[in-house]
Amino acid sequence: MKIKEIFSQLNIIAQCKKYSLSLWQCPQFLFLIMGIFIIGSTLTTYAVGIRYVEDPQIVALIVILAAIVLFIISVIITRSFERLAEANRMKSEFVSVVSHQLRSPLSNLKWAIELLMSGRLGKIEEKQLEYFKILKENSNRMKELVSDLLTVSRIEMARLPLKIEKCSLEEIIRQLIKEFEPFAKSSNVKIKFKPQKNLPKISVDASQIKLVIENLLDNSIRYVKEAGEVEIDLVKQDKNLYFKIKDSGVGIPKEDQKYIFQKFFRSENVMRNQTQGTGLGLYIARAIIGKLGGKIGFKSQVGAGSTFWFTFPIT
Amino acid sequence: MKKILFIEDESALQKTFGEILSQEGYEVISALDGEIGLRLAKEKKPDLVLLDLILPKVNGFDVLKKIKEDEETKNIPVIVLTNLEEMKDINKVIELGATTYLVKASYSLVEVVEKIKKALGE
Repeated sequence: MKIKEIFSQLNIIAQCKKYSLSLWQCPQFLFLIMGIFIIGSTLTTYAVGIRYVEDPQIVALIVILAAIVLFIISVIITRSFERLAEANRMKSEFVSVVSHQLRSPLSNLKWAIELLMSGRLGKIEEKQLEYFKILKENSNRMKELVSDLLTVSRIEMARLPLKIEKCSLEEIIRQLIKEFEPFAKSSNVKIKFKPQKNLPKISVDASQIKLVIENLLDNSIRYVKEAGEVEIDLVKQDKNLYFKIKDSGVGIPKEDQKYIFQKFFRSENVMRNQTQGTGLGLYIARAIIGKLGGKIGFKSQVGAGSTFWFTFPIT
Repeated sequence: MKKILFIEDESALQKTFGEILSQEGYEVISALDGEIGLRLAKEKKPDLVLLDLILPKVNGFDVLKKIKEDEETKNIPVIVLTNLEEMKDINKVIELGATTYLVKASYSLVEVVEKIKKALGE
């Protein structure tokens, strides 16, 4: 058993996969590099020592000492890396387990509220309906949050399943606009969509790309103050499909722009105007676009609105 | 009256679905774990099985497999209603012969009832 354990420790690629880290961040791989470095520096010390120090015993002593010091340093460094990597893995797994556990009571809640509101259990007073609506909205928000957290933990554990298929981005966008129509109307926002004609289909995961556009569209509508417009463009540029969404919203302050794709980050500007939102939407969007081989970016100015874009290679 | 066997360990869901399905004119038979579910599938000959995947005693995958292996029950349509949504689970369940796979978080009560009606050919 012990020998088996040692061998599994030696399987560096498998170990790194466990942490879902790249090779250069993986403790086991770093340890290997350190080992090679130690051998190299020991030999160098020997070469230098033999040239400048007369007594061979002192040369040997210097070499051994240098090797020991380097070894201790490398053990300490890789150990702490390992602990960090392990903590990170446990955190992602914790989020995944907790969100899964939260989903059951949330669906119970959702369906019980739906049954109550349907009037099948007896007539509901106008005033009661208002409070049922609050219950429904908040259970929805919780559901969204849990689903965002799950997506994030899947991204971090590199377990986001991709189902690549040919699909029409134009169709996906039209469908989403339809779904968002009531929300846009109640926020006094007009959505305009003018795609180029005869756009080719692209090979992506339709549900993931839908999630990205959903997040961008939701943000655009949400951060328009009072009334405004959201403009969506879809064009072919060389070998890429280029998606752009422009809003007349509050905009992102310059000092916040570099953090905008970070997990849980929410601009102060946004916090002042809105309470809803998880700070996960753009993080998820960037992770998905990156995984699908595309690029994402934005331009924004306070008061003038924001423009988010992404591109995909047409294959 | 058509019979629906609901195999689900959450009693809150048993109650909610029991209510709406009986209002829709179905007889609902509840099973709170996989073992009871399998027994009732054989005994009561339901017209449809609504099945959760994470269940005590016998899990939903095995329940589905056994229902589909048994000559007496293999023609009963099975709708899987679960919170598992990884592709490998979905593929496995469809391979085992489930009629539809519904993720709890994405469907409303009315939509689930519609799926049930469709599976019953109504």
